[in-house]
Amino acid sequence: MLEVQNLSMRFGGLLAVDEVSLDVQEHEIVSIIGPNGAGKTTVFNCMSGFYKPTGGKILFEGREVQGKPDYKISRLGMVRTFQHVRLFSQMTVVENLLVAQHRHLNTNLISGLIKTPSYRTKEQKSLDRAAYWLDRVGLLDLANREAGNLAYGQQRRLEIARCMVTEPKLLMLDEPAAGLNPAETKELNQLIISLKEDYNVSVVLIEHDMSLVMDISDRINVINQGRPLASGTPEEIRQNDDVIKAYLGEA
Amino acid sequence: MAANNFRHALFCSIITLIISYPIIGFNLEAQGINVTLTGADASTVVMVLLAAVIVFLFQLFRDQIMGTLRSLPHPLPQSSKEPMAENRRAKIESWVLTGIVVLALFWPFFVSRGAVDLATLVLIYIMLALGLNVVVGLAGLLDLGYVAFYAVGAYTFALLSQYLGISFWLALPIGALLAALFGLVLGFPVLRLRGDYLAIVTLGFGEIIRILLNNWTTLTGGPNGIGGIPDPTLFGMEFGRRVKEEGNTSFHETFGIAYSGEHKVIFLYLIALVLAVFTALVIRRFMRMPVGRAWEALREDEIAARSLGLSRTAVKLSAFTIGAFFAGFAGTVFASKQGFISPESFVFLESAIILAIVVLGGMGSQIGVVLAAIAVTILPELAREFSEYRMLIFGAAMVLMMVWRPQGLMPMRRIHIELKRQE
Repeated sequence: MLEVQNLSMRFGGLLAVDEVSLDVQEHEIVSIIGPNGAGKTTVFNCMSGFYKPTGGKILFEGREVQGKPDYKISRLGMVRTFQHVRLFSQMTVVENLLVAQHRHLNTNLISGLIKTPSYRTKEQKSLDRAAYWLDRVGLLDLANREAGNLAYGQQRRLEIARCMVTEPKLLMLDEPAAGLNPAETKELNQLIISLKEDYNVSVVLIEHDMSLVMDISDRINVINQGRPLASGTPEEIRQNDDVIKAYLGEA
Repeated sequence: MAANNFRHALFCSIITLIISYPIIGFNLEAQGINVTLTGADASTVVMVLLAAVIVFLFQLFRDQIMGTLRSLPHPLPQSSKEPMAENRRAKIESWVLTGIVVLALFWPFFVSRGAVDLATLVLIYIMLALGLNVVVGLAGLLDLGYVAFYAVGAYTFALLSQYLGISFWLALPIGALLAALFGLVLGFPVLRLRGDYLAIVTLGFGEIIRILLNNWTTLTGGPNGIGGIPDPTLFGMEFGRRVKEEGNTSFHETFGIAYSGEHKVIFLYLIALVLAVFTALVIRRFMRMPVGRAWEALREDEIAARSLGLSRTAVKLSAFTIGAFFAGFAGTVFASKQGFISPESFVFLESAIILAIVVLGGMGSQIGVVLAAIAVTILPELAREFSEYRMLIFGAAMVLMMVWRPQGLMPMRRIHIELKRQE
């Protein structure tokens, strides 16, 4: 469903991403790994429209999306999280989820002002969906708290829930396990697998935590210094000499 | 530490001398065609020196003085208490507000004409500040040219009535919509900008509008302004002594009461009151709607908002346009109240005052903004004797506010949407 072909991103004299290709099929978890500064997040930023790639193509469900504005890409169903959690920290947990459903809601100003029945039903539906996802990630009890007051692990889960209420087809997670303790990482593991199994969402994952990557990924792409190094199943990657030299050996 | 303090204090007092002596001490006097510079007399010199000494002493003992100030009891004793439950507070709040509005409805019948006139001006500023509050407080866009939209509203009414004879009631929506259109058109190119850059561009836009009004003499009359703007009518009843327009009747004759100039003032006040309440209610509603949440989301984290499919341009434009719309409202009322407008009413200082109201009141907080609008408009009137020092007092008040309550008079308390438990 997603195909990245020969993606390049150049910042002035620095070639941050050089001819990276990868593809994601439906119902699949694909990881991108690589040492620090390898260009993983840059690949993500290109895919989600934050950067305009200087070369290559990105096809989402057969449509070229490279260079499209970020909000349009997100509306197509590719939604991402961030390496450093980005919540609307002064808004409550449930409001964070309501903002995410902005485009599903009736945004007509007049109908909102006079509270037409269709506006009310939509508002209620979005509240219900928010409640469902809060329950799903175990934050229902904290629904009316300010998002900024949550513990870090909770904020991470809220960010994923916030993506899920937009009903994405492809979820892009940028180091979702960063800063989590082992127990939380395990929970996260199960959550990601369940997203794939129960909600039919494909997942692209950037990760440092090898155990997470190896356990849940269907396929792994390794990037080193902006260049693709290897790709394959976790088993193949584990035995790939180049990878061991460049990545596992270094780490 | 002490030596450091001493040096700092000395520095401050010298700066005081350098600044205040030329400003207060020297006088330019015109004698015929020559201008001569005369020095200060002895009493002024003494005053300047005294000021320098005071600055010196204050800076020297600043830590002690500020320490004593801080140990004074907090001016708002309630502030340390536990806030009451959200829904109870909301209920009390809405009752109190309704009460105030009802009181405000009857109030003008018991006070002097001047007071009502001033109150109308306060209401106009409330409208302006509530509108700007959407742009600055909620959407987080610093707009220094807000007065342009106010001018668009006022001039729309003035020109329409002058050239086409359109009445207040028709001009009110037209003026507001035209101001909104200006907001939309201006917003398009500038909303890519952020922070300081946006502020500068909006500042420029405000000036462009004013200069345009000033120089397009064939249409706007330039600095001479436009006079004879009609007063609003009540269902075709005019408030003047004699009916000006064919087909209208006059208010005092219809009701068989003696003519009084106060009727018109009170009527304008009531219109302004209704419009201000309308503005407050509409914006309050917006704040709870998806669009209001989008404003806040974009203010809090633009990147996250975009990643969730919120179009930055659309959301910012909506805030800009809605803010401009209410400025147009206020402008129409202002034109009608004054009966005469000229570009002088729409200088940058007006933008600054409206912005000051929003900041003083607490960005995003409606009640705070209303309180600040009242304070900022009425205080200068009360302090008429010190009119020369008005700006000085204004500046001092701003500095004190920033030290004492950096979030404004009534910091914004967000209207949270509660997730009700479904059992």
